[in-house]
Amino acid sequence: MSDVLLDMKNVAIEGWSDRRWKPIIKGVDLTLKRGEILGLIGESGAGKSTLGLAAMGYTKGGCRISGGSINFDGQDLTRASNEALRQLRGKRIAYVAQSAAAAFNPAFKLIDQYCEAPVQHGVMSKTDAQKDAVELYRKIRLPNPDTIGFRYPHQVSGGQLQRAMTAMAMACRPDLIIFDEPTTALDVTTQIEVLAAVRDIVREYNTAAIYITHDLAVVAQMADHIKVLLRGEEVEQAPAREMLANPQEDYTKSLWAVREFRRAPPVAREGGEETLLDITNVSASYGAQKVLDDVSLKIRRGSTVAVVGESGSGKSTLARVIMGLLPPTEGEILHDGTPLPKLGTKRSRGLQRHLQMIHQMADTALNPKQRIKDVIGRPLEFFLGLKGAAKEARIRELLTLIELDPDEFMHRLPSELSGGQKQRVCIARALAAEPSFIICDEVTSALDQLVAEGILRLLDRLQRELDLTYLFITHDLATVRSIADDVVVMQNGVIVEQGPKDDIFSPPHAPYTELLLSSVPEMDPDWLTNILKNRREKPLQ
Amino acid sequence: MQNLIHHLRDAPVSAWIGMIIVAFYAIIALFAPLLAPYAENVSIGAQYQPWTAPHFLGTDALGRDVLSRLIYGARNTVGIALLTTALAFTLGATFGLLAATLGGWFDTIASRMVDVLMAIPPLIFALLILTITGTSVAALILVIAVLDSTRVFRLSRAVAQGILTMDYIEVARMRGEGMFWLIRKEVLPNAAAPLIAEFGLRFCFVFLFISALSFLGLGIQPPTADWGGMVRESAKLISFANFSTWQTATFGLAPLLPAGAIALMTIGVNLIVDWVLHMSSGLKE
Repeated sequence: MSDVLLDMKNVAIEGWSDRRWKPIIKGVDLTLKRGEILGLIGESGAGKSTLGLAAMGYTKGGCRISGGSINFDGQDLTRASNEALRQLRGKRIAYVAQSAAAAFNPAFKLIDQYCEAPVQHGVMSKTDAQKDAVELYRKIRLPNPDTIGFRYPHQVSGGQLQRAMTAMAMACRPDLIIFDEPTTALDVTTQIEVLAAVRDIVREYNTAAIYITHDLAVVAQMADHIKVLLRGEEVEQAPAREMLANPQEDYTKSLWAVREFRRAPPVAREGGEETLLDITNVSASYGAQKVLDDVSLKIRRGSTVAVVGESGSGKSTLARVIMGLLPPTEGEILHDGTPLPKLGTKRSRGLQRHLQMIHQMADTALNPKQRIKDVIGRPLEFFLGLKGAAKEARIRELLTLIELDPDEFMHRLPSELSGGQKQRVCIARALAAEPSFIICDEVTSALDQLVAEGILRLLDRLQRELDLTYLFITHDLATVRSIADDVVVMQNGVIVEQGPKDDIFSPPHAPYTELLLSSVPEMDPDWLTNILKNRREKPLQ
Repeated sequence: MQNLIHHLRDAPVSAWIGMIIVAFYAIIALFAPLLAPYAENVSIGAQYQPWTAPHFLGTDALGRDVLSRLIYGARNTVGIALLTTALAFTLGATFGLLAATLGGWFDTIASRMVDVLMAIPPLIFALLILTITGTSVAALILVIAVLDSTRVFRLSRAVAQGILTMDYIEVARMRGEGMFWLIRKEVLPNAAAPLIAEFGLRFCFVFLFISALSFLGLGIQPPTADWGGMVRESAKLISFANFSTWQTATFGLAPLLPAGAIALMTIGVNLIVDWVLHMSSGLKE
C-alpha cells in the first residue's frame, strides 16, 4: 500500500457558458498522503470547490474534466467507469457540504440517512450501522447520542446538523473526506465546536481530508498543508505553519493582510454630539415568541454602531423594527427628536428616504430580471423625481462612487455580477435615496475576506464623504474591530453589554462577550488546542 | 428582444419541431379560406367517397369535403381554445397575484371560492352550466375560461408567494412602493417563465376539453367544422370499415384524421413548453 492516497496531476476543468467551454481549473497538481489534511483556500470563483469535487472524479452539471489525471489509490478516476466511481463515492471518498441544512433530506430521520451509505455499499447491516451511528455521534460529541439520530433534520440546530453530516461521511470509514466550507454558515460560538469535533474524528480514524474554506484562521487550525488557489491556478503550497509564518507570493500576503484593516479614527464633530436615532425600551415579538426585550440604545449622527450576537439573538429583528417592517409591542424610536411611526407604511416618503437598509444576501436582494440601471434608477425616480438624462447622469455618478465602471455595468443583469459587485450595487441603491442612516445587515458575511474588506473600505469612505450613520449588524468580530465606534452585544433579544468599542474589547467582559470574543479563530495554529484546554480548565458561567 | 433571439439560437431541435408545428397550424387557421379547396358546409358530392382526387381525404356522411372541413376546423377549434386560454390566464393570474400580494381576507375568500369550483368535476360542471345557458360560442368560452382559471390561480398564487419572500420585495416595500408596481415590476417578470409554460399546457387541456364537449354534443355546434365534432360524427365508421384494400380502408381512417390533428397540435405545443420550462428551471444538463 503506497503512502500517497490521492495524486492529481495537471488537472484541467472547463465549464460551459456563453456557448463555449471556458477553463475553470487550469492545470493544478495536488498530492495527498494518508491521514493528511490539506487546506484549500482562495476567494470565491477561485475553483476551490470544483477542484475538491474533482478529487471524487465528479464535476457539477455543465462542467467537464478536460485534461490531466486523478489517481486515487492506484485508480485513475478520469478513466473509471460510472459504476466504479459509484463504488468509491460514499464508501472510500466522502463529501461534507457547506450547508448541512440543505444537504440533508428533510423527509428522513438522521440515522436512516446515516445508514444509507453503509447498507447500500454492503459494508454493514442496518442494525450494525445504527449501532455504529450512535458510537460516532458520541465521538463527535452530539448531545444525547442514543436518541438524536431519531430526529428529523429540522429538529436539531445548525451546528449539530453539520456534525451529524460529518459523522455520516465517516460511516464507511472512508480514506478521504472533502469538507466544502463546513463552518462558513455557522456563527463563531458554534463553529468552534464543529471544528474541534471534525479535527478529532479525522485524526482518530487517520482519514485524509481536503478542507475547503476562505477563512484563513480556520484553515490554520485544521490543515497540515495549505494550498492557495487564484482563478483556477495554484499560487503556492507549503506546510501550514510555514505558510502562515512566511508566505512567499504577493497574493498570499494580501490574503494575510486583510484582517489588519482599521478605519481612521473619527474626527470630532463641530457643535458636539447629536443623537440621530434614540431607541427606548423597545420590545417586539413574532406571535407569542418574544424576540426583543426592552432594548434601548442611542445612535449618534455620523457614527457606526455595531450590533453583535449569534443567530437568534434578535439583531436582525431590531433592524426590522427600525425599518418599520415589524411594529414594536412596546417602546418607541425617536428620529431627530420626533417619534417614528411604528409601521413603515405610515411613514412619509421623506422619512422612508432617510432610513435605508442593505441586506445580507445581495443575491436575493436584487430582482434578477432588473438591469442595474433600473435597480439604482428606481429610488432616484421614486424619492427624488429624477427622470431621463438627469437620472442617467446620477446613476453614472453613483456607479462611479461604488467603484464600478458605468459603461460596463449599467446594462447588466444581477446574474452577470460577482458577489462583491452585487453587494456594491445594493449599496448604490441605498445611497440613491440620499439617506442619513443605513442599516447594514451582515453585508459582508456572504463574501470572502478580500472582497469583504473592499466593501468595508468602501462603506468607510462613503461615511466620511457623505456624513452617513451606520447600524452594522454582524456576527464577525473582526468586522466590528475594523469599522465600529460603538458596540452593542445582544443575546436572546436582550442587550448584554454596550459601550464604545475600546471598552467592549478590553476586559473586564460580560461572560457572554467573553465567550464571543474568545471564539473568534486566530491565525495561530495552536489557537484551537489552547482555547479548548482553557475552557475545560475554566468553564464559563 | 435581443434576449429572445439569444434564446432562440440556443433552442434544441425538439423546440424547433414544436415551433414549426405550431406555425404550420397558425398559417392554416389564418388562411383557411384561401387554402381550403371547398366551402366549409356545402355538400359537394356523394357521401363517404374514398381518398382520391378531387377529394383527397374523401367526403363525410353528408358529402362534405373532409380536407376543407379539417382546415376550417383548425380555425374554429384553435381560435376558440386560444381565446379561452387567454381569458383563463387573465382571470386566474390577476386574482392569483392579487391574493398572494394582498393576503388576508382577500386571499381567504378568493382561495375558498376556487376550492369550491375545483371540488366539482369540471366536465360535469361545464355540462350543467352549458345546459342552462345554451351552447353559444360565447358561453362556451366563458364557462371553460372560468373553470380553467382556477388552476392558473393556484399556480400564480404559489409562484408569487415564493417570490414575495425575497429580499428585493422587502426592499421595494421599505421604499413604500404601491401594490401594482410590486406586482408588475417585481413579481410578474420573475413569475413569467412558469406561467408561460403553464399557458402551453392549459392550452392543450382546453383544446381537449372543447373536443370532449363537442363529442358529447355540447361544444361547438354543427354545421361549424371542429375537430372534436368530426371525431364524434365519424367514430362509428371504424367498426364498419373493410381494411382489406386501401380504397375501403380509408373509410375507417376518417375519425383518425381530426384526432391526429388534435394530437399533433398537443405534441407541438408541449415541445415548446418543455423548452420554456427547461429555461426557467436554469438547469444546464
